[in-house]
Amino acid sequence: MLTSADLDTLFLTFKVASLATFLMLLLGTPLAWWLARTNSGWKGLINAVVSLPLVLPPTVLGFYLLVLMGPTGAIGELTSWLGLGTLPFTFAGLVVASVLYSMPFVVQPLQAAFTSIGEQPLEAAATLRASPLDTFFSVVIPLAKPGFLTATILGFTHTVGEFGVVLMIGGNIPNKTRVVSVQIYNHVEALEYSEAHWLAGCLLAFSFAVLLTLYTVLKTQPVTHPLK
Amino acid sequence: MTQPITARFKLNYDDFILDVDLQLPVTGITVLFGHSGSGKTTLLRCIAGLQHAQQGFLEINGKVWQDSQKNLFLPTHKRALGYVFQEANLFPHLTVAGNLQFGLKRITKKPDAIDLHRILELLGIGHLLKRMPDRLSGGERQRVAIARALALNPEILLMDEPLASLDFKRKQEILPFLSRLHQELNIPVLYVTHSQQEVAQLADTLVILEDGKALACGFLSETLSRLDVPLAQDREASSVWQVTIIEHETDYHLTHVAFAGGTLSLPMIDVKIGTSLRVQIYARDVSIALKATTGTSILNVLPATITGLTDDRSGQSVVRLQVGNQTLLAHITRKSTVSLNLQIGIAVYVQIKGTSILN
Repeated sequence: MLTSADLDTLFLTFKVASLATFLMLLLGTPLAWWLARTNSGWKGLINAVVSLPLVLPPTVLGFYLLVLMGPTGAIGELTSWLGLGTLPFTFAGLVVASVLYSMPFVVQPLQAAFTSIGEQPLEAAATLRASPLDTFFSVVIPLAKPGFLTATILGFTHTVGEFGVVLMIGGNIPNKTRVVSVQIYNHVEALEYSEAHWLAGCLLAFSFAVLLTLYTVLKTQPVTHPLK
Repeated sequence: MTQPITARFKLNYDDFILDVDLQLPVTGITVLFGHSGSGKTTLLRCIAGLQHAQQGFLEINGKVWQDSQKNLFLPTHKRALGYVFQEANLFPHLTVAGNLQFGLKRITKKPDAIDLHRILELLGIGHLLKRMPDRLSGGERQRVAIARALALNPEILLMDEPLASLDFKRKQEILPFLSRLHQELNIPVLYVTHSQQEVAQLADTLVILEDGKALACGFLSETLSRLDVPLAQDREASSVWQVTIIEHETDYHLTHVAFAGGTLSLPMIDVKIGTSLRVQIYARDVSIALKATTGTSILNVLPATITGLTDDRSGQSVVRLQVGNQTLLAHITRKSTVSLNLQIGIAVYVQIKGTSILN
């Protein structure tokens, strides 16, 4: 059965993932919109930076974040100066790292959805007196709904599953940074296979249920909306 | 209100240059005609502000929408226009009613319910309000798009080849609606097309564009009969006359119509006496005789005066004639021009083999 420590890690994991997903949508939406629309020469560079976590070992990302956010790192000095202390081994640090780590899973589906909308609905909206911001909320977001759904689910589940980054940046502090994936590792290290089974099973069931929903819901609602 | 629309644009991209300076009337349908690549759609997009011409001046109803010298460029959503795209471009996530309301919600000077009802009725879409766009036929979609633009009470209606993406049957379904719009609207309409049929049917004013320049701009009948414009040489060249029905001759299944300066006999049509309509006469259906021949099966033989003549090296002559107060084009062989010794100013008779009624 799940112990109360296990339940704590589950609760913390969902808290980190929810908060990180919210922040990723907030930051990723304008970023993806810019990437989908711009002809700027910076597009390639920004795309590469955002996508880097897709190919980088999580430990490498975690290592750099640890150094940057530590007391002598650039970000660490900034947060200390702001009176926030340093981020490593805190809940906030874990959220920041998760946002960077899972960002491509949010930005890429959004960018694809925005690109597939094309110019036509935006022009139609402009001729119907909608300002660009108005058009974004009344036309782009509804048309990109499947993209937002995919981005939310992928961003959330990917954050739930992270391990390498957490170990590097968050460590293993109960109720602060100890998430499910780390707890499973702890159980296995202590040869508590039955406890590991319970937690692992929970994650497996959760991930499968989410993907099943994603693919059955999206089956009736195609990702791209061809314009009629 | 009687100030004409002034549209001056210079736009340069890649190897295409748009360079026009037009004065357009504030009533009726002005057709921007040209082949693909002539710049007609670009001109319309510049007027809508969807494309930003580096140099431009645009004034409509005394309001300046663009003046590049004063660095003034009103964005599209602040221009009081209605725009109909080639593809209907309805929002797929909204019902027909939702599409119609999209613009309505965003304007301050709302049309009253009677106007809206009239628009729905005019375009025959009242029964479609609850449908999603993907449940409509191509013709229905385009009618909804027209209604959506009209519902805004625009000061000008811009239409970019609204029939081009439709098949023949759907075109025939929409053309009558457009003709009705023509009679009932009191705002200027700019209508882009490459179809001479639509020109003949809808235009009051005709602007001919080629390679980004306006070759001609004027009343339909005048512009159609300009010999310096390639249109007059075209196989489909025609003249369009406004006529009034004066008599039905049921025995022979004929309808007689009057035009300024004479009468014509047409195959019978089921329309009330006194109705005004447009008749199209193809230049290839007109032949010329020096005397009023009696022994001919052709009913419409009319006295005319030659007012223009092309003399190029091809086998064909284009002759412009004055018939009463109307102008008429005739395509005849150059050999006939020479053997009949046709000259500008001489009196002849025209024989019209066929006519078609446009609305």
